[in-house]
Amino acid sequence: MTEENFKLSAKDVNLWFGNKHVLKEVSVTFPEKKVTALIGPSGCGKSTLLRCFNRMHDLSPDARITGQFMLESQDLYDKHVSVTQARKRVGMVFQKANPFPKSIYENINYGLKINNIPAKDRPEIIERALKESYLWEEVKDDLKKPATRLSGGQQQRLCIARTVALRPEVILMDEPCSALDPISTRKVEELIVQLKEQYTIVIVTHNMQQAQRVADKTVFMYLGEVVEEGSTDDIFRHPKQELTQNYVGGHFG
Amino acid sequence: MKKLSPVIEWSTLLFCTGTVLLFLVAILWDLAVKGWPSLSWEFITALPSDGMTKGGILPAITGTVILTLLTAVLSVPLGISCAIYLNEYAKDNWLTRLIRASIRNLSGVPSIIYGLFGLALFVQGMHMGTSMLAAGFTLGLLSLPYIISTTEEALRRIPASTREAALGIGATQFESIRDVVLPSASPGILTGVVLTLSRAAGETAPILFTGVAFYINGSSGYLNQEFMALPYHLYMLSTQHQAIEQVRPLAYGTALVLVMVVFLLNLTAFYIRYKYSNND
Repeated sequence: MTEENFKLSAKDVNLWFGNKHVLKEVSVTFPEKKVTALIGPSGCGKSTLLRCFNRMHDLSPDARITGQFMLESQDLYDKHVSVTQARKRVGMVFQKANPFPKSIYENINYGLKINNIPAKDRPEIIERALKESYLWEEVKDDLKKPATRLSGGQQQRLCIARTVALRPEVILMDEPCSALDPISTRKVEELIVQLKEQYTIVIVTHNMQQAQRVADKTVFMYLGEVVEEGSTDDIFRHPKQELTQNYVGGHFG
Repeated sequence: MKKLSPVIEWSTLLFCTGTVLLFLVAILWDLAVKGWPSLSWEFITALPSDGMTKGGILPAITGTVILTLLTAVLSVPLGISCAIYLNEYAKDNWLTRLIRASIRNLSGVPSIIYGLFGLALFVQGMHMGTSMLAAGFTLGLLSLPYIISTTEEALRRIPASTREAALGIGATQFESIRDVVLPSASPGILTGVVLTLSRAAGETAPILFTGVAFYINGSSGYLNQEFMALPYHLYMLSTQHQAIEQVRPLAYGTALVLVMVVFLLNLTAFYIRYKYSNND
């Protein structure tokens, strides 16, 4: 993958939890309207890195971060950028589906409400978000149903709908399929591929096949460092580093 | 021998449960049998008469109900807010740990100590006199540590992912607590509140010095006046009355009414919990 317009980037990032040095001199870029997979063994810091981009560490008192996180030319940690503004532009889908204990409709409506989107526009946005997440056909007749009664896969797609409803520029996904069965996983993966037409997506995954199915670019991390990054094809077929080769070949992790 | 052990485990547990139930049923049965004959419409709607050997216990009922409501108003918002601050906002350092330990210790302080404290602070220090207000403040103080601890416990049980769900779509910390964390924690919070208030409704010692009266001729429930309350009325009928044998049925009736009031409180909480869990 050659140098191109990247949407999101991290430069010289170090992160400590207390005395533990979790991210070490990480620099990485994510191309616009592409899917980038972050792979690596458990504890390599990939989720930690992902969470930096929508400032999820702000509330952990023992986390210390240095370096730069840029969304295009905007420093996400700039003093003049409010954390809620940053999170509106960089949405996040979590490992475990976490719908609000409200109805399906309210799950999406809530985000619109707190982001001051006029009430008259909301029904249309909600319908569009559910359609974009391929959930509309399954839920259109009972939008009033509690979201917690949906299946795990439907819940995760609702969480994605909740995120896309806010029209973010980037969607971060932290192992979105790790708790799903193969059929639900397939649906979410198809959705991810569809969504990249409009959004820049960064996905953390443990699943090598998943990375190859959905990602254009892959970043391999190990012990808090970026070992290798490149097109998914290069990382899986022609890795330059021995470590990468061993990991994608299934020798450890 | 191996095959016997599940039977032993099972029967031991059953025996323990049975013993607890036996006492519970015995108490309620005794109360119901001896208290039931004195219950009548008049008993719960009339004033005591003839030196409390006849008539009803209306002032004690209204006194206890209003006192419990007052206690709730004074302690619930304060206690819940305090728990939210401690659990969601405060940093975990020696100061907050000290505060937490103190709150836990306070819930172990005997209620008579609260009574004396209320007498010194509210009745005399703040010139409330022996009144409903002073007693309400004292009971509110007594209830606070329980409400704070149970609310904190309920908040702690809400997983980080629930908070992140709200933060992730641009909610502020306050919005995430108000709109997502509190509603999810509300059944637990509510249970704590009701258990605490049921306990407060049955307390005698804290109101003894701060506002409860032996007998009030008229209605009981003005904030600036003394009042009658069920637990104290029961105490008085069972130990202090000059015609103890004569008022014994009234004492049982009062006890039964007190238990029913507390039971109603619990039932309300149960109902609200049920409604909440159905909406999930």
